[in-house]
Amino acid sequence: MNKLILPNYKRRASYKAIITRILEGEGNASTRERQAAFENTVFDKPLNTLLNKVALQSKKITDEDVEKLIASGLSEDQIFELIICVAVGQSSRQYEAAINALTEAAANK
Amino acid sequence: MRLNVLNNGYTIGTKILFKIIKIFSGYPVPDAAKIVFYRPGFYGNQMKKFTHETMRGPSLWSVAERELIAAFISKLNECSFCIGAHTATASIAYKDKTKVDAVLSDLETAPIEESLKAVLICIKKLTLEHSVNSNDMKKVLDAGVTPGQIMDALNVCFAFNVTNRLADAFGFQVPDAKAFETGAKYLLKRGYK
Repeated sequence: MNKLILPNYKRRASYKAIITRILEGEGNASTRERQAAFENTVFDKPLNTLLNKVALQSKKITDEDVEKLIASGLSEDQIFELIICVAVGQSSRQYEAAINALTEAAANK
Repeated sequence: MRLNVLNNGYTIGTKILFKIIKIFSGYPVPDAAKIVFYRPGFYGNQMKKFTHETMRGPSLWSVAERELIAAFISKLNECSFCIGAHTATASIAYKDKTKVDAVLSDLETAPIEESLKAVLICIKKLTLEHSVNSNDMKKVLDAGVTPGQIMDALNVCFAFNVTNRLADAFGFQVPDAKAFETGAKYLLKRGYK
């Protein structure tokens, strides 16, 4: 990691801890399902419909989106975990892209 | 909220805590606080730690500026709950609601420092387009913003990009202005612990 962000190492550790816990710790959804949600690479409907909305257009999520998931047999705890994973995953991709851009810009300045 | 477990699935101790908070504040615990108490070992404990460090820990931005950044991101994501909560918090922190409203309605003409404006322009692109490049960051650096300031702002971005999405997905109830004001005072006094 570039030394430019050393003042934020403490927060970097806290950030990594969020991701490690939700992807590798105990859960009701499998680690494979949580990883796929994090990456927004779930292809099964209706789960992918909701997860894609969480990632890219969360304002458009409806009651029906969640009701369809419950009707599909997923437990509320599984849905809770997968929604968190996709929200953290999308936010993480944006965060990492920005850090990479900052590191490159600072190195060339 | 859309999942029953987030309305009723708390331990006895947490339910008692929620009742105590309601008695003292006069308002139910806001949904943003409730979700970090649901199975806190999965997400809430770690996220509270990151958010508290980011919003109240040492930073190159003031608490008011960080709350304004949070409100700005929430506005871009059209997250009603977080717009209300962090507009109220930034307004009290700045003691200047007009300034906060100006930033949220028209960043270009808002009466804020050029360094903060440059960061918010970059954050706008990151939030709406989901990425930025080195040219975008060069513009921020050229405006005199340090890499450390940018990192501190990006930490706010991460926290609120997550929270905005969860608010909309789980269906956080949007309280009235008075409740937001009460919540804002709590956040300024106690932070996100």
